[in-house]
Amino acid sequence: MGSSPEQLVIRVRDLVVGFGGQTVLDGVSFDVRRGEILGVVGASGGGKSVLLRTIIGLISKRRGSITVFDKDLDRVSAQEMQAVERRWGILFQQGALFSSLTAQENVQFPMREHLDLSMTLLDEVATVKLEMVGIGPSDARKLPAELSGGMVKRVALARALALDPEIVFLDEPTSGLDPIAAGEFDSLIATLQQTLGLTVFMVTHDLDSLHAVCNRIIVLADRKIVAAGPIATMLSSEHPWVKAYFRGKRSREGAGTSVATH
Amino acid sequence: MAPELIVKDASAGARLEVFASGSWISAHAAELEQKIDAIKFDAPGSGRLDIDIAGIGELDTFGAWLLERLARAFIAQGYDAQFAEVSGRFLGLLDEIHACGRTKPVVVRQNPILAKLEGIGVAATEFGQDLLRLIDLLGRMCGVIALIFRHPSRFRFASAVHQLDRVGWQALPIIFLITLLIGAIIAQQGIFHFRKFGAGDYVVDLVGILVLRELGVLIVAIMVAGRSGSSYTAELGSMKMREEIDALRTMGLDPVEVLMLPRIVALVCALPILTFFGSMCALYGGGLVAWLYGGMSPPIYIARLKEAVSVTHFEVGMIKAPFMALVIGLVACSEGLQVAGSAESLGLKTTASVVKSIFLVIVMDGFFAIFFASVGM
Repeated sequence: MGSSPEQLVIRVRDLVVGFGGQTVLDGVSFDVRRGEILGVVGASGGGKSVLLRTIIGLISKRRGSITVFDKDLDRVSAQEMQAVERRWGILFQQGALFSSLTAQENVQFPMREHLDLSMTLLDEVATVKLEMVGIGPSDARKLPAELSGGMVKRVALARALALDPEIVFLDEPTSGLDPIAAGEFDSLIATLQQTLGLTVFMVTHDLDSLHAVCNRIIVLADRKIVAAGPIATMLSSEHPWVKAYFRGKRSREGAGTSVATH
Repeated sequence: MAPELIVKDASAGARLEVFASGSWISAHAAELEQKIDAIKFDAPGSGRLDIDIAGIGELDTFGAWLLERLARAFIAQGYDAQFAEVSGRFLGLLDEIHACGRTKPVVVRQNPILAKLEGIGVAATEFGQDLLRLIDLLGRMCGVIALIFRHPSRFRFASAVHQLDRVGWQALPIIFLITLLIGAIIAQQGIFHFRKFGAGDYVVDLVGILVLRELGVLIVAIMVAGRSGSSYTAELGSMKMREEIDALRTMGLDPVEVLMLPRIVALVCALPILTFFGSMCALYGGGLVAWLYGGMSPPIYIARLKEAVSVTHFEVGMIKAPFMALVIGLVACSEGLQVAGSAESLGLKTTASVVKSIFLVIVMDGFFAIFFASVGM
């Protein structure tokens, strides 16, 4: 925290990922700077989630390098990898809360595994984290099955933040939420990013999120990054997919006009 | 940098001073908690107290909460505690934490004896409701069957045949193996013990009557409950979880007619067949052991078997089979429909389905025994 804003926390170079005969990502390179909110957009099935899962090591890559906190993830020992994993938190698309644990126990789980804390402190910190994402003490005792979709996402965010990570990866954080809840979730992410000094890597489809909270956006199309930059760059891009996405029928700019390119 | 917490004593009229410095982060949280808990308050104080945090180099949520807890501890002693020398980058976090943890969760304490009693009551009503649900499902199924008698084309024949393949044909190998072993074991034990008083030959009566009347159908029913009943519950349960059953309903289709009837019909057809083959296999296993272990040649075994068992014994076993299939099918379907949203509930209901159907099968076997005894079969 508090380092120069230009410091890179994630560096991806020439990344190639594929399954069987199919290449999903072909030569993807980009950087994530400390303290920024980076949005990743792209067509459904276009490899956004694959990119996220490759960076966090759930999918193996064919070629290229991924450097997180100045450590090349191909060359780290198991111990160093665990240290890196403690410094990032992941919010999965469906929340991925453990269904047999209450909301509070879900948030306590990573703390219990990685830190040696007293039960009182565990309870207190978990309560504080849940309150920071807007979950009151009465809901903290509920099981995930008893929570609404928006609350599940909030609890999952609290769990991603349990160990005070420096990077959080969000996989479609606002999908499945109504526009009001999605807006609240966006501002929650922005607030937490400021108070905790987080770096956010966010895969999203939500144009409002991109406008409201993202500092920078990268666009995946045809297995490559076709555009990168702040929202203004996206709006002035002439790449057909980017144009259709940001200036299409459903975008703010294109409301009322019809763009049928794809 | 290791975290430090220094409390300068308020002796000789001097003001109480508190300095915090170093890294107040999660890695040091346990150590910091001990330091905070170690502060002794001799007497309630008063007046303004500044907690100097200028020396803090790193701060995360854990550290911020511990600072807040420290401040609250002083406030509880009557001080007007505040943070001093807060650097700008920590301000947002400390403010955020300051607002948290104000509402204490209400802990509901229960009398353990009352809780146990409540548990028993809940289990008892649960049992009653389970029976009601089974009767309700049976009633609805009868309704559907009546409907199908009027419009036979509505019966899902393909689905029933598919299920029959799964629960009947595919179950044959394991049923063969298990019943063969059971027959062999009974024969071996019978020969071993009967020989002592020279009645080794009566093992044929033992195997024949036991297998045909009781064990054949019971073993097969228990196997089917574990193998097919559990898969029915898991299938219907995951369909319930993914709202497929609701989707069926909204399309004007009755889940009982579409999903349950073909499954239960398949089970009712399959279980007598499996029981027949199972019983034959057990007799075969018994014969093998009688020949290899007891030295009774197969023609003699078959001749003795003809004398020992009658068609009645066979009928008693076979009559029970379809009723047991009905119970297994009903329990499996009704448990499947009770699955709620979580993966855990699916597991619980699948277990419950197997346990309940085996229990009911054995209870029913007992009632059948009384019934057949009183009608003289």
